[in-house]
Amino acid sequence: MSQAVLKLKKVIVDFSGFKAINQLDFTVKPNSVHFVIGPNGAGKTTLLDVVCGKTKATNGEIKLQGTTEISKLSEDQIVHQGISRKFQAPSIFQNLSVIDNLEIAMKQKKKLFSMITAKWTNEQKKKVSEMLELVGLKEVQDQSAGSLAHGQKQWLEIAMVLMQEPDIVLLDEPIAGMSKKERNKTGELITKIAKDRAVLIVEHDMDFVKEYADIVSVMHEGQLLFEGSMEEVQNDPTVREVYLGRKVEEHVVS
Amino acid sequence: MQNTIYQKIWSQRVILNLIFLLLLAAPLFLSDFRLNLLGKFLAFAILAIGLDLLWGYTGVLSLGHGIFFGLGAYCMAMYLKLEATGGGLPDFMAWSGMSELPLIWIPFQYPIVAIILGILLPAIIAFMLGYLTFRNRISGVYFTILSQALVLVVVTLFVGSQNLTGGSSGLTNFNTFFGFSVNSATTQTAFYIITVIVLGLVFFLSRKLVKGRFGKILVGIRDGENRMRFLGYSPSAYKTFIYTLSAAIAGLAGMLFVLQVGIISPTMIGIIPSIEMVLWVALGGRGTLIGPVIGAVLVNAAKTGFSESYPDIWTYFLGLLFVLVVVFLPKGITGLFEKWNDRRKKQDVSSSVEVEKSYS
Ligand SMILES: Nc1ncnc2c1ncn2[C@@H]1O[C@H](COP(=O)(O)OP(=O)(O)O)[C@@H](O)[C@H]1O
Ligand SMILES: [Mg+2]
Repeated sequence: MSQAVLKLKKVIVDFSGFKAINQLDFTVKPNSVHFVIGPNGAGKTTLLDVVCGKTKATNGEIKLQGTTEISKLSEDQIVHQGISRKFQAPSIFQNLSVIDNLEIAMKQKKKLFSMITAKWTNEQKKKVSEMLELVGLKEVQDQSAGSLAHGQKQWLEIAMVLMQEPDIVLLDEPIAGMSKKERNKTGELITKIAKDRAVLIVEHDMDFVKEYADIVSVMHEGQLLFEGSMEEVQNDPTVREVYLGRKVEEHVVS
Repeated sequence: MQNTIYQKIWSQRVILNLIFLLLLAAPLFLSDFRLNLLGKFLAFAILAIGLDLLWGYTGVLSLGHGIFFGLGAYCMAMYLKLEATGGGLPDFMAWSGMSELPLIWIPFQYPIVAIILGILLPAIIAFMLGYLTFRNRISGVYFTILSQALVLVVVTLFVGSQNLTGGSSGLTNFNTFFGFSVNSATTQTAFYIITVIVLGLVFFLSRKLVKGRFGKILVGIRDGENRMRFLGYSPSAYKTFIYTLSAAIAGLAGMLFVLQVGIISPTMIGIIPSIEMVLWVALGGRGTLIGPVIGAVLVNAAKTGFSESYPDIWTYFLGLLFVLVVVFLPKGITGLFEKWNDRRKKQDVSSSVEVEKSYS
């Protein structure tokens, strides 16, 4: 339980002189809903980028399950190591149907020649059907993904991430642009999926974080400022100063 | 819902089979001259299917498929030329002062070797270029520019090596193929039938490929290459494969072309033909397989018609056509059919609702 699924050690991401992530140590525990908060430009998205291989670390190590070093792997290799990412803007395949999106996303051999002869197995059919049920897209499974409502697109992408059966799910602002009802549904979904895996979420909405977080990490200028429960975070004076305090002020001003 | 999908696939299949049978029966009702023209168009249609796999499905625009077509055509032409000289030196080599057959011509004495090389050579070149560019994530317009550069290099090479390729006049004056006179009507009819069968096979296999999970992955790469990486795919492998496959298909088409047209020269494989090939696909409707076949036949039929009466304005017309298609028919001719079909379906739905109402 306490064994970390993901461990970053002294990771640096250097954008030609500017260190978006600076000597960051970061640990993700299994079966936890782990939120990352922090002011704009703190490096939260970059943290997800460097874990999923979108951006390469300039320095440091990223270890999966205590053993596998992933910082030198390509994006697709990292996926096969058990890390899946949902991007901020829904990036689904608009021209494919909902079920087609899940078909290509699901865990399977994804090499060229296994794909030429790929056929549906009964197990795959069952898994896809269960997933459609879970995210509530069963009714629209044959519609093109482009025709879905915004919230449905978000869930479709979450479903695509889950179909890869990852050990770690990375979500970047999953509830942005959702209605209150959709937010609740997404929150429940996150709680549910965290039973079998770790979920690392970047989010701005403090009410949402408070409601669903097991652990909250506060980032500031590419470093970890504080880590703990939401309550501890809210009561920490330095956090209040650099982040929450500023946010309160902004609210007062506007 | 399920039923109408089955009906749609079934009726598509029936239409495709009818077209295929009609093409097979064409020798019964077309003159030798028209049949020969149709055979040429169908060779182009084969190439268009491969180009559609690459552009329509995978989103990689190659403006250099004339080269792969040309390599296939030249391989076949070299064999035909050697057959015509009875193993002796081709005339243009003698004129440029050579006394024995150059090394690279020797394999082409054997028809089987020539046929294999006509497919393999374009495939190998495409594989090498594709592997290097796609693996280094060179894509979009940069790849398209590279594909044009390839045309320039190869055409310059072919024109420059007069003593090896016949230079700008190319290769022509053939006699026999496997001992059969290439100029007899019977042999030409046989070439036509072979072309139709190859077209059917290429179409059938391509359809099988894109209708399955593989086709969805290609569309995924076309619409969101980066996203596919984060689903665990390596798009460069898929793109290299499809590029190689489409080059092999183009080579095949080139061989069938030269058998029926009897000449191949650098102007037939250069930049303008390469662009025309893309136009066939665009006009017919990319991402549909049948569209490019229709496009290839229609554009070339129009070209033949035009060139007979006004040879000069064809290029202008072609340019105009391209603009019109891009602006008004982004989905090509098959896009029109789809629209029409959708409209009809909607009418069906509303009329069936009315029927239900009247019964309830
Ligand atoms: N590709 C890039 N090149 C240069 N600077 C970048 C790049 N990506 C992010 N940054 C910079 O790094 C910092 C952290 O960005 P980001 O991780 O997106 O912050 P956030 O915490 O708001 O998600 C920002 O100042 C941003 O401008
Ligand atoms: Mg961000």
